[in-house]
Amino acid sequence: MYKIIERRMIVPNLHEFIVEAPAVAESVKPGNFVIVRADQYGERIPLSVADWDRQAGTVTSIFMQVGGSTAKLARQKPGDTIPTYVGPLGRETVIENVGTVLCVGGCYGIGSIYPVARAMKEAGNKVYTLLEARSSFLLYWEDKLAAVSDKVFVVTRDGTKGQKGHIDKLPELMQRSGITPQLIVVNGCTFQMMRVSMATKPLGWKTIVNMNPIMIDGTGMCGVCRLSVGGKTKFACVDGPDFDGHEIDWAEFLARRKSYNLEEVDPLRRSSCRSHF
Amino acid sequence: MAEEKQEKRKLNLNRQPMPKQDHWERIKNFDEVALGYPTQVAVDEASRCLQCKKPLCNQGCPVGIDIPDFIKHIVEGDFGSGIRKIKETNALPAICGRVCPQEEQCEKMCILGKKEAPIAIGRLERFMADWEAAQGKIEVPNMAPRTGKKVAIVGAGPAGITVSNDLVILGHDVTIFEALHECGGVLIYGIPEFRLPKAIVNREVEYVRSLGVKIYTDFVVGKTRTVDRLLEDFDALFVGSGAGLPWFMEIPGENLNGVYSANEYLTRVNLMKGFRFPEYQTPVKRPCRVAVVGGGNVAMDSARTAVRLGADEVHLVYRRSRAELPARTEEAENAEEEGVIFDLLTLPVRLIGDEQGWVKEIECLKMELGEPDASGRRKPVPVEGSNFRVPFDAVVIAIGNSPNPLIPMTTPGLEISKKGGIVTQPETARSSRPTIWAGGDIVRGAATVISAMGDGRIAAASMHKYLMKQE
Repeated sequence: MYKIIERRMIVPNLHEFIVEAPAVAESVKPGNFVIVRADQYGERIPLSVADWDRQAGTVTSIFMQVGGSTAKLARQKPGDTIPTYVGPLGRETVIENVGTVLCVGGCYGIGSIYPVARAMKEAGNKVYTLLEARSSFLLYWEDKLAAVSDKVFVVTRDGTKGQKGHIDKLPELMQRSGITPQLIVVNGCTFQMMRVSMATKPLGWKTIVNMNPIMIDGTGMCGVCRLSVGGKTKFACVDGPDFDGHEIDWAEFLARRKSYNLEEVDPLRRSSCRSHF
Repeated sequence: MAEEKQEKRKLNLNRQPMPKQDHWERIKNFDEVALGYPTQVAVDEASRCLQCKKPLCNQGCPVGIDIPDFIKHIVEGDFGSGIRKIKETNALPAICGRVCPQEEQCEKMCILGKKEAPIAIGRLERFMADWEAAQGKIEVPNMAPRTGKKVAIVGAGPAGITVSNDLVILGHDVTIFEALHECGGVLIYGIPEFRLPKAIVNREVEYVRSLGVKIYTDFVVGKTRTVDRLLEDFDALFVGSGAGLPWFMEIPGENLNGVYSANEYLTRVNLMKGFRFPEYQTPVKRPCRVAVVGGGNVAMDSARTAVRLGADEVHLVYRRSRAELPARTEEAENAEEEGVIFDLLTLPVRLIGDEQGWVKEIECLKMELGEPDASGRRKPVPVEGSNFRVPFDAVVIAIGNSPNPLIPMTTPGLEISKKGGIVTQPETARSSRPTIWAGGDIVRGAATVISAMGDGRIAAASMHKYLMKQE
């Protein structure tokens, strides 16, 4: 059993989730994920890793409450335990000194881009960070990211902070600031990663995306996390989750991610006063 | 004179059938299909054994069980001695008795097989194991004095459990690291409840634990800690990390929604108990028309699972003919009884989806058998222009898998085969690195439970020698 150190709603619907897992904390790297089960009936769901403390043996994730399983997680309190917390899984993000790196985060990815930005900075890169949210009240960890970035840009849909608009503004924003990134790393919702990849492809800006498919075992056995990259089938859990965003078949990926949408929210519909799932 | 008598003894060819759940009943549940021999039937079956002076059946057993000896104990009604005999060489008799392909091994060698009625060795083995479990107390073997040597086992599947069992009895300090949240490997995630009840797997795992084996679940060797990091704390290490990425046919449409690898489909149902969704939260689709591609035991398991999940029609699509089906005859017959339709000599060439990205049709080619190929089986050859389409709303691909990539990827200096498996010496199961042994699917790709156990047995013997500095 793994003890929960912290679980708090950091902004509406996004939860900070800190778990005591010394073996995971010992070897986790930027870009890795963990697989979590909320209770003995729970499904195995992947969560991107957002931070860790090797001394304390804790690992932090940010997750969004979407369906039944994340709702169960969102109900956990500090001191509670969960039966499964396994990782670190997936290949880590390649950290090299390439010159200028743009780290893009949205949704839970504002959390998981943080260790990438930190490591890129430590590797000697000039690090710019771009955060996207619907509105300013959905932003978090700006201070943490500012501490490891040369500059943090913000795009909000409603213009309550930073540039008004969508992530499509990325090239415009960079060009206006005179920045030409040698590498862009994106962590966030599928749609955001796709839009960034589409916006940077004509410019030839190398774009790495941290993919988030449905997973079960997460160790290279079941094959549910497969996606097409450059016309070849790849498995996100062992070949990724980082891939070249310009090579991904996004339509296929979006369809595969939706394949259990109905079942995902089904437990919510069945909720009753007695058990609330 | 005595020999003459022996020859005159009438051969009893009345092989006792296995009592089973009726097929119209069992397609509605996930309970075990084969019910096991009642005591008298087991004794009757055992009595047919000729007790050959030079038995061949033993040679057919990958772990070398003394078969005539345990059968003799059944005839004599001394079941305690019988199970003790089996357990001398087999740590998992309740499992092997159920899932070993005996018709390819011990029973194939049985002299009565020439008359098409070999002794039902597997069923008797199962009878022995179930008898012992019913007694409520499992006998603990004689344990050697502790050696103080520490051994790490990667994966709690059939290979890992066998090595652990052997080495702990020999006095070593054994620790298993299992990636999933439950122990058993393919016995838990792959083989369905109706063929191998999970309670039995758990019982066997608990038995090994009771011998003093430490087990850590949720620990992915290669990721949580590398093999080399573990070898700082352990004297020797066995890799039984099992199956890896599922193979696909590499035809268009395989990434459509509704297309599953057998690994995914079976894991959702068996390990994650998707058939009890939403009580268990892992969903599994319950489509009406399911095609399972492949002809092995995993394909049969997938097809029979689909039947139990309420499919109207389940088709098994296989490119060769009935005679070449790699599945056990018994399992193929069970599948047919349960209404699975066999589309033989049929090769899928394309999966066709709808606008939302869900599979809706398969395009197939008719095949005919040509000359024998490298495997000795007649090679299926496509019939030109025989393309046809069949509507399906789910496709399960069960054509095999490669060895798990995690340890080969993260362990420098380990010799890896072209197919991605760890290369070992067959007589020792030792890898190219002197403190690492390996066995089961990580070496062989998709093989059987018993061959994994056979590898485990060989590895344990070799590891013991190494640990005791006897080499």
